[in-house]
Amino acid sequence: MPVRPGSYLTKSWPAMHELSVCYALVEQAEAIARQRKARVVRLLLHIGPLSGVEAGLLRRAFPLASAGSACEGAALDIEDAPVSVHCPECKKSSVVAANKLICPACGNWRTSLESGDEMVLQSVELEAWAGGGDVLSSPA
Amino acid sequence: MCDTCGCNVTPGNQHLVEPGGKFSHSASGRESVEVLQNLLSENDHQASHNRQHFARHQVLALNLMSSPGAGKTSLLEATIKALKGELNIAVIEGDLETENDARRIRECGVPAVQITTGSACHLDAHMVHDALHQLPLDDVDILFIENVGNLVCPASFDLGQHRNIALLSVPEGDDKPAKYPVMFRSADAVLISKTDLLQVLPEFSVARAEASLRGLASQVPCLSVHTRSSSGIQPWLDWLHSQLAELKDSRQRGDLSNFTSVPEHGHVLMHPHLQQVTPLDDEL
Repeated sequence: MPVRPGSYLTKSWPAMHELSVCYALVEQAEAIARQRKARVVRLLLHIGPLSGVEAGLLRRAFPLASAGSACEGAALDIEDAPVSVHCPECKKSSVVAANKLICPACGNWRTSLESGDEMVLQSVELEAWAGGGDVLSSPA
Repeated sequence: MCDTCGCNVTPGNQHLVEPGGKFSHSASGRESVEVLQNLLSENDHQASHNRQHFARHQVLALNLMSSPGAGKTSLLEATIKALKGELNIAVIEGDLETENDARRIRECGVPAVQITTGSACHLDAHMVHDALHQLPLDDVDILFIENVGNLVCPASFDLGQHRNIALLSVPEGDDKPAKYPVMFRSADAVLISKTDLLQVLPEFSVARAEASLRGLASQVPCLSVHTRSSSGIQPWLDWLHSQLAELKDSRQRGDLSNFTSVPEHGHVLMHPHLQQVTPLDDEL
């Protein structure tokens, strides 16, 4: 019998997984906002080209994904992470293209990725609900 | 997430929360909360739950990804035929529509569940979990998850699989790894499929395809296969046996740390507190 997806079907959009990612982001931020009885005013993400997520598409999907949530109207800031590899042979670290992870210094292809595949919700900036200022008691 | 003891502040992000840093203050009633969670943490959580299912039932779970038409289902048909009587196989099929692939697999005599994603371009861990409950996992040695044909989106979603396999068929061209680095970097094995067509498609060079893969600093096996003769998938069958043996060995040692295929989320600044695994909450 075929599995008909439930909630995730309604949360899917043709050929754009960034919307799924965006819904996940909104849910994560909402959970934090609920906990602190606040609304989200700013989100900071850290995204590398090798995460498979496109920052521009995330920005476009965000207003749709956040409509009616505690994140509606929040600023979405995305910091790019550079693609950086470390070479175990010549011990050098280099910033490289996403599809060329070879050590540019010595040509060794057995490098290890230092950064570039991140897809991280770094922080959430919250604002108290009107009249609810007392809930913001935890340290920044 | 641990946002009580401050342990999620690492040397890498400390500058953001130090005095004068981007998120240091709470001017005008605002506060900033460090999160440092993968954007797909909910999916990843479900994926680790799926992994517990696989562990409990001693199943090797393999996620097959490729372009549409690269030969995933044909490979599975040939694999099932070759391993009949030796290993028990089950398959989860992902497609936007139709039961066609699951039907093909069932005709080979093994259980198959079709996930029709509607318009979604990838499988996620929740969809796979629903399908797991429709399979007799106790009697299964290898579970193949045939992902939606797509070289982009499936690479970003951990399903709980032990290994990712990417197929690159000869008609597609030998520069696909350079064009789709995220997908091919996520693979634990790359199969050059339909190599029986090499004689009529001399523009495809297996050596160039492998060089394109190595350009992504990938050290994984690159195996040539075709399903036109029984010996055409032998390198793939050998690889499958090696993975089963390795998984068995890892389980005996009680250390499966090298048996989770989640390379895409490698640099998430994961902290133990951020990755707590909660107990299974449903019937296994």
